[in-house]
Amino acid sequence: MKQTLTAVLNWVDERFPLIETWKYHLSEYYAPKNFNFWYYFGSLALLVFVIQIVTGIFLTMSYKPDANLAFASVEYIMRDVSWGWLIRYMHSTGASMFFIAVYLHMFRAMLYGSYQKPRELLWLIGMGIYLALMAEAFFGYLLPWGQMSYWGAQVIVNLFSAVPVIGPDLGVWIRGDYVISDATLNRFFAFHVIALPFVLAGLVFVHLVALHQVGSNNPDGIEIKKKKDPVTHIPLDGIPFHPYYTVKDIVGVTVFLILFSVILFFAPEMGGYFLEYNNFIPADPLKTPEHIAPVWYFTPYYAMLRAVPPMFGSQFPGVAVMGIAVVVFFFLPWLDRSPVKSIRYRGPLYKGFLAAFVVSFVVLGYLGVLPPSPGRTLVAQILTGVYFAFFFLMPWYTKIDKTKPVPERVTG
Amino acid sequence: MKKLLLALSFLPLTAFAAGADIKLDRLPSTESREQLPSMQRGAQLFVNYCLNCHAAAFMRFNRLKDLGLSDEQIRQNLLFSTDKVGNNMTVAISKKDAAEWFGAPPPDLTLVARVRGADWLYTYLRTFYRDDSKPSGWNNIAFPNVGMPHVLWQLQGIQAKVEEKTEGGRDGHGPPKLVLEQPGILSKTEYDLAVRDLVNYLVYMGEPARDDRVRIGIIVVLFLTVVLLPLAYVLKKEFWKDVH
Repeated sequence: MKQTLTAVLNWVDERFPLIETWKYHLSEYYAPKNFNFWYYFGSLALLVFVIQIVTGIFLTMSYKPDANLAFASVEYIMRDVSWGWLIRYMHSTGASMFFIAVYLHMFRAMLYGSYQKPRELLWLIGMGIYLALMAEAFFGYLLPWGQMSYWGAQVIVNLFSAVPVIGPDLGVWIRGDYVISDATLNRFFAFHVIALPFVLAGLVFVHLVALHQVGSNNPDGIEIKKKKDPVTHIPLDGIPFHPYYTVKDIVGVTVFLILFSVILFFAPEMGGYFLEYNNFIPADPLKTPEHIAPVWYFTPYYAMLRAVPPMFGSQFPGVAVMGIAVVVFFFLPWLDRSPVKSIRYRGPLYKGFLAAFVVSFVVLGYLGVLPPSPGRTLVAQILTGVYFAFFFLMPWYTKIDKTKPVPERVTG
Repeated sequence: MKKLLLALSFLPLTAFAAGADIKLDRLPSTESREQLPSMQRGAQLFVNYCLNCHAAAFMRFNRLKDLGLSDEQIRQNLLFSTDKVGNNMTVAISKKDAAEWFGAPPPDLTLVARVRGADWLYTYLRTFYRDDSKPSGWNNIAFPNVGMPHVLWQLQGIQAKVEEKTEGGRDGHGPPKLVLEQPGILSKTEYDLAVRDLVNYLVYMGEPARDDRVRIGIIVVLFLTVVLLPLAYVLKKEFWKDVH
């Protein structure tokens, strides 16, 4: 039996670099041994991606991308399809959990300077994933064809219509119609189930390849490849990803699944944040809801959009601010002039700015959920300033910041 | 445990208010062994009073087997608008006519509990009052200027709104109060219970899989925490023994 298996393996290996790939990416990929809590979210994001793909396939089997049938087909899935409610809630909960995992993953990179040299490209690819994920979520949110789906899409497409000169034509081009309609639903469905999943899968693959080329960063921000065993050439502070981090990630995955299940089974609407109440009303082009709010993962940017007053009779400045708020992340590797990577060895300036950034992001997210009021708009304006100060002042404060000496080897 | 989780799954609903800015009455709780009979009575009220103008187009009659009814019982007691238990709860009223009669076509009620919340429904169905300035002759505190007349008035009786002048309240008025001018078939307590039954049914209809969801959820979460997590943890510990 064993001989046969070995023979099969050899047969494959002569034709495909199976063992080599296994070794390069898993059993002989040396990761720093001091990963902490923050290092779970990469693999968790990958897990949610797989959940979304698999549940998405099953949803597509019963969903109808047709303005007259879409809403009813979702209710059909919730009621008449065997286990349809479970698949649908997994997908809707998964969407929010994907963003939670990705936001925490990005925050980890900011904590430990994981975007710094030599991981700039890794960071850029990751940001590409983030952009693609936002598009994927936006397209997917139209599909249930509820009131929030419809009016949320209307608001977002109108952002593009606010672009000077080409705006109105751009809006029509995106919608395929003068309003959000059946044509829009069909093309969004195509983007959601084919185009963007392809892009995401490709980018995730490239992200991993780039990661394994440069090696993982760690909470000390030290390059473990600098200190290798003279005989084996294995990094002294490295351990093989498999089995050490595979078994460790199983623990993380289990805790994550517990959280996921508690939401999915006991509060799938998550108080209206994961599934908005108004989205249980079928889309009605003639009835604008009193208060349109995007799903929570977009609300920090939405709050910034609303914080910027229209100028010269155009909403474009707000749209531009919103766009820059997303795109500015791409420049992090070149904005950061600090000689150290990890927060552990940075000075008080960076710590203060990072804390202010986190507060601004979270509070803006909260404000974006609420209807605007003059007081809230003022707070949002101040926090938008704080948000951008974190990025635009970074070259200055990271340069003059008092850093601590970095140890030679990783600490606990 | 199960009760707590069930209550937890309701939390989002109860925290939600819509329409007029009023304090909502909480939907009274129903004992677990009273749940099914309550929803059955609610289903009967729904079919008798609501399902003439309002559809529940995503709900099939034979799904009511969830509530402990047989096909035969459903056919005999609840099937007025159609002849097949596998059919959906649709209505014959034309949208155009209805819009003319009530100002707007009556909305589909399948998901109304998920949109409005149980407390809002419980409050709304109990706060109709006589208002001759309205075309229907009725108005509502939870839903001012509502198009629907008080369909359950024979059960509840007729209420009138009294505005008490107080110092503290808005516009010199206290919160509006309703007094029963003409009693109905049911006493106040009986009517409140009937509305509770109806709302229980509407909540069920909003998500028929809810009970399954909670029941299965308990098993899943127990498995993950009691079986998988300790196993995964021990496995990790074992492998990491040699990492220093």
